[in-house]
Amino acid sequence: MGILNSLGKYIVFVTKIFSKPEKHKIYFRQVFKEIDKLGVSSIGIVAIISFFIGMVVIIHMTFNMGNPLIPTYYMAYITRDVLVLEFSSTVLCLILAGKIGSNISSEIGTMRVTEQIDALETMGINSAAYLVLPKMIGMVIVTPILVLLSIFIGLIGGWIVSLSGHLMTGADYIQGIRHGFDSYLVLYTVIKSAMFAFLITSISAFYGYYSKGGALDVGRSSTLAVSYSMIMILVSNYLITQIMLG
Amino acid sequence: MIRLENISKSFEKNEVLKGISVEFDEACTNLVIGQSGSGKTVLLKCLIGMLEPDSGDIWYGEDRFTALDPDQQRTFRQQMGVVFQGGALFDSMTVEENIRLPMDFFTDWPREQKLDRVNFCLGRVQLPGSNKLLPAELSGGMKKRVAIARAIALNPKYLFCDEPNSGLDPQTAIVIDNLIHEITLEFNITTVINTHDMNSVMEIGDKILFLSDGLTCWEGTREEILRSDNKVLNDFVFASELMKKFK
Ligand SMILES: Nc1ncnc2c1ncn2[C@@H]1O[C@H](COP(=O)(O)OP(=O)(O)OP(=O)(O)O)[C@@H](O)[C@H]1O
Ligand SMILES: [Mg+2]
Repeated sequence: MGILNSLGKYIVFVTKIFSKPEKHKIYFRQVFKEIDKLGVSSIGIVAIISFFIGMVVIIHMTFNMGNPLIPTYYMAYITRDVLVLEFSSTVLCLILAGKIGSNISSEIGTMRVTEQIDALETMGINSAAYLVLPKMIGMVIVTPILVLLSIFIGLIGGWIVSLSGHLMTGADYIQGIRHGFDSYLVLYTVIKSAMFAFLITSISAFYGYYSKGGALDVGRSSTLAVSYSMIMILVSNYLITQIMLG
Repeated sequence: MIRLENISKSFEKNEVLKGISVEFDEACTNLVIGQSGSGKTVLLKCLIGMLEPDSGDIWYGEDRFTALDPDQQRTFRQQMGVVFQGGALFDSMTVEENIRLPMDFFTDWPREQKLDRVNFCLGRVQLPGSNKLLPAELSGGMKKRVAIARAIALNPKYLFCDEPNSGLDPQTAIVIDNLIHEITLEFNITTVINTHDMNSVMEIGDKILFLSDGLTCWEGTREEILRSDNKVLNDFVFASELMKKFK
């Protein structure tokens, strides 16, 4: 019952976000601010994580599957697929849910408990649309870009380790990551990550928006926001994969 | 004119308002007084639609506010200016951006005109030149004054202030009181102020509503308040030695 109740409230909230934006110019400006605040500021963490994961994955692949019967370039090929299919989209978005989700939910939650949201509403401004829509548009644009960046940096990490650890030659590595390349998989990853971006923003904003009480409750909301964003990312990951690749 | 008919509001078992009926007039500073916890803020929030009364009706002129749906209520609120008890400034925006936000949304004024209006409002609350400060850099009283400047930015028809001068020194408090009183008369605003400041009551209370126990315990003008023989009201008003002497 509680779950159905929250789900209903969430759907009402999302429709509120999308109901008639008052002034496009204001929203347009906000979108750029949010891209900068949420997206650009995440490039560092995305780069570091992806680089190290790329390095580790290729070592694992070689360690576990290294076998005279399997050509070495296969290790690079598998590494690429790990990055493209799951790591750079799903795992990275789980990490972003922690970083960006808690940021969104505590920002909006604080605005709620200090009556700033009421102040917007009393001015006649649709607070849900004004606060959330720019974040959502910004995130849906910037997350797929971060994901593509992550794939690229992960592959560079893998490449550096293959050479420095003498796992394979540079030519083998390049052959591996080009082997059986299907651009549909990149499309799959882009669509997936845009979907995750939507979920992270809407769920985190939802928990922040309906915070009540004080700072303690804002903290609790952002914990819930991150947990539910992660669960929904995993569930929708399964659904999208089933639909697009199953 | 704002008319309340039998407004009640409870939170679970706590009956805060038990049927309030009152009229607030145009070009008139209406004060709501009462002890801390008597439900002044709750009443104000019902008036502006931030809380939904359990029963009763609120009329703004000929419009029945309580019959509007949330979207219509929001649109209706473009005619209101509200000063919250804590100020509720947007802390990611500068003072200027705070005051300009309603203009950005609801006017097509060019940049200079908006800036002129911002400076005018800041001048009215005696904070000229603080345009680029952030709320975190303001004192409590300055925040209040910026909140008032923001509330009057678009010449509202209705102005609501929750304790506009609590936390201010007596001098600034009087300045703020007079400011609100002046603009009320100047622009024919229907103003409703929550306060416990007896000074304000004596200075600007055109009409006073005394809440006690969730009911309208007394209503009248500031002249009448001195002569009233309502026991509860007298205990509240003449709590301090100074006011006793005044009487
Ligand atoms: N959101 C809420 N949920 C539950 N109870 C509430 C809520 N808001 C107010 N109350 C209760 O309503 C009563 C009146 O509160 P209100 O804030 O209106 O007092 P007030 O007259 O404004 O006091 P003060 O002068 O101290 O601001 C209090 O007992 C409070 O506990
Ligand atoms: Mg109050």
